[in-house]
Amino acid sequence: MKLLNQPILEIKDLHAGVEGKKILQGVNLVIRPGEVHAIMGPNGSGKSTLAAILAGREGYDVTAGEVLYEGKDLLELDPEIRAREGVFLAFQYPVEIPGVNSTYFLKAALNEVRKHRGLTELDAVEFLALVKEKMKILALREDFLKRPVNEGFSGGEKKRNEIFQMAVLEPKLAVLDETDSGLDIDALRIVAEGVNKLKHADNAQLVITHYQRLLDYIIPDFVHVLADGRIARTGDRKLALELEEKGYDWLLKHELASA
Amino acid sequence: MSTATDTIDEFVQSDYKYGFVTDVESESAPPGLNEDIIRLISAKKNEPQFMLDWRLKAYRHWLTMKEPAWPQVKYPPVDFQATIYYSAPKQRGDAPKSLDEVDPKLLETYEKLGIPLRERGRLAGVAVDAVFDSVSVGTTFKAQLAEKGVLFCSFTEAVQEHPELVKKYLGTVVPHTDNFYAALNSAVFSDGSFCFIPKGVRCPMELSTYFRINAAKTGQFERTLIVAEEGSHVSYLEGCTAPMRDENQLHAAVVELTALDNAEIKYSTVQNWYPGDAEGRGGIYNFVTKRGLCKGRNSKISWTQVETGSAITWKYPSCILQGDNSVGEFYSVALTNHRQQADTGTKMVHIGKNTSSTIISKGISAGRGQNSYRGLVKIQKSAENARNFSQCDSMLIGSKCGAHTFPYIEVKNTTSRVEHEATTSKIGEDQIFYCNQRGLSTQDAVNMIVNGYCKEVFKQLPMEFAVEAQKLLGVSLEGSVG
Repeated sequence: MKLLNQPILEIKDLHAGVEGKKILQGVNLVIRPGEVHAIMGPNGSGKSTLAAILAGREGYDVTAGEVLYEGKDLLELDPEIRAREGVFLAFQYPVEIPGVNSTYFLKAALNEVRKHRGLTELDAVEFLALVKEKMKILALREDFLKRPVNEGFSGGEKKRNEIFQMAVLEPKLAVLDETDSGLDIDALRIVAEGVNKLKHADNAQLVITHYQRLLDYIIPDFVHVLADGRIARTGDRKLALELEEKGYDWLLKHELASA
Repeated sequence: MSTATDTIDEFVQSDYKYGFVTDVESESAPPGLNEDIIRLISAKKNEPQFMLDWRLKAYRHWLTMKEPAWPQVKYPPVDFQATIYYSAPKQRGDAPKSLDEVDPKLLETYEKLGIPLRERGRLAGVAVDAVFDSVSVGTTFKAQLAEKGVLFCSFTEAVQEHPELVKKYLGTVVPHTDNFYAALNSAVFSDGSFCFIPKGVRCPMELSTYFRINAAKTGQFERTLIVAEEGSHVSYLEGCTAPMRDENQLHAAVVELTALDNAEIKYSTVQNWYPGDAEGRGGIYNFVTKRGLCKGRNSKISWTQVETGSAITWKYPSCILQGDNSVGEFYSVALTNHRQQADTGTKMVHIGKNTSSTIISKGISAGRGQNSYRGLVKIQKSAENARNFSQCDSMLIGSKCGAHTFPYIEVKNTTSRVEHEATTSKIGEDQIFYCNQRGLSTQDAVNMIVNGYCKEVFKQLPMEFAVEAQKLLGVSLEGSVG
């Protein structure tokens, strides 16, 4: 049973690391439907670790705390089940799969998701119709579908492809891991506009970024600053602008002084 | 949290679908090899004297040879005196005159293998010669092919019906002295397929031979001879399976192709001999010599192989590019899982002017499999403007397997151009995770990634078999990572 306004994601006192090294040391976060959250932080603060743990990448040890996704224990689920349940990760470095046609890949993925949700699988014709609609959101050319997954794509094309996949798979929770990295300003705008078009009242977005500039295009409801494995500060969009102006050092010193 | 590796581990036991034994009464020679056995085989086949002489010559030469030690494979010595060299299902009375007279048990066997020996149904456009242990049990579509002048029959029948053609071409591409296993095969070969495409004929359907080893402790030694006369064209496919047994069985075949002026032969193999179990018990030793001679101008020979079976594979389908402007191609996917070992590749020997060759080799090693590419590109002094392009890729799945590449290049003509590219990649956990994150299971992800990697080769296969090959790769890959 779904509760009214039940959070999509609840992270409670999450501690995690890699090979004995502590990275996350007590992260707390609640994301509700319709919200856009941004996580910012200096390099090495644990931003990408958090994304990886949410998606279920191997090699991370969760030592304490819990993560609930629509009330369910997310960490118990295999990565593909999380994906089918509606958790989507836009990769910082999208992976190339040579020889595998993009259409074929995405159709297989979508049909796994649909099966999981009790929907009928789409045939080739239905899928193509859907995909053509979604391609408009990202201003993609049609030959894109015939190319192998990410192979030979430019940095910008890879990132656009991530958001395109997100458009097709319609996740509940989209985690965008440094989606702005390596994008020029035009590509950034296209990608950000794509993300904004996919936002609606029932889903949520968690945008991970080092720089403020992405948040000129994707307007967050909340901005969290991750430092030393904890959320050091939470605010609204103004916090991001302040960080841009004063740098992470300002905040970290400030936190230290108040501690 | 269950990791991708755990998920993959769950697939550890993959089933070899073709491991059953057909309970059929057979007639076998006693184990061991000597001149009497060879005379027995020749007599069983009612062969003319020239065949017996040729066999004995090969046998005597074989006695002077040593088993090759250079392949990158390890196995205990083969006891050639413990192998049975002739085994055939017993027939009541005369040989069957048509498919209707073939023992139903044998027909059923091929039915189970997915190769119905009926001239309709799924393989309606493909003529099949079915070889069971040492003999051919039936050939489909012979009559239709004969209308076009195409001869397609068992080797035994060819020796009886067309001895002049056999005498003319036998051993001209792979001489009986060629190598240890080719010499052995020349002495004891018991059957195989014979195809002759006359001048100017485009063979109206795919020709194929399906090899099945059934009897225990028996070796299979077949010989295939394909001759394409001037301007003719043929596409040929062979498939192979064997029961699951704990002992190793020997398969030493010879395939000879000859293409005359403007002729084209396309030879495809889907090799799925029993590979042994996960611990490396049993499986077929596949020691095969395949060679094509582009004898005429503008002739073309193309080899495509998908090798997923056998405990050990030792095989180098090659092209001798003798005619000017002739073309040789080699497209290969070789997969070794569990404890399989493969040492496979090709030889392209350029003799004629403007000859060109292409080599695309895709090796996949999983489990504790060992996979070697071994290839020779040889440009003779006479081969003005010869061209070769080679691409040898290796993919590793897991951390206990191995991939090796042994390219040999000999160039004696300065106008030629030889290009060689090689890559080795590990199937990325990143790639698998990426697929997982989009909702695909790990096994589906591995299959998809490997099929993508092999795409260039699969697209060379005849349509009917490309899909089969993809599925086969999927089955062979089960339990491949961990």
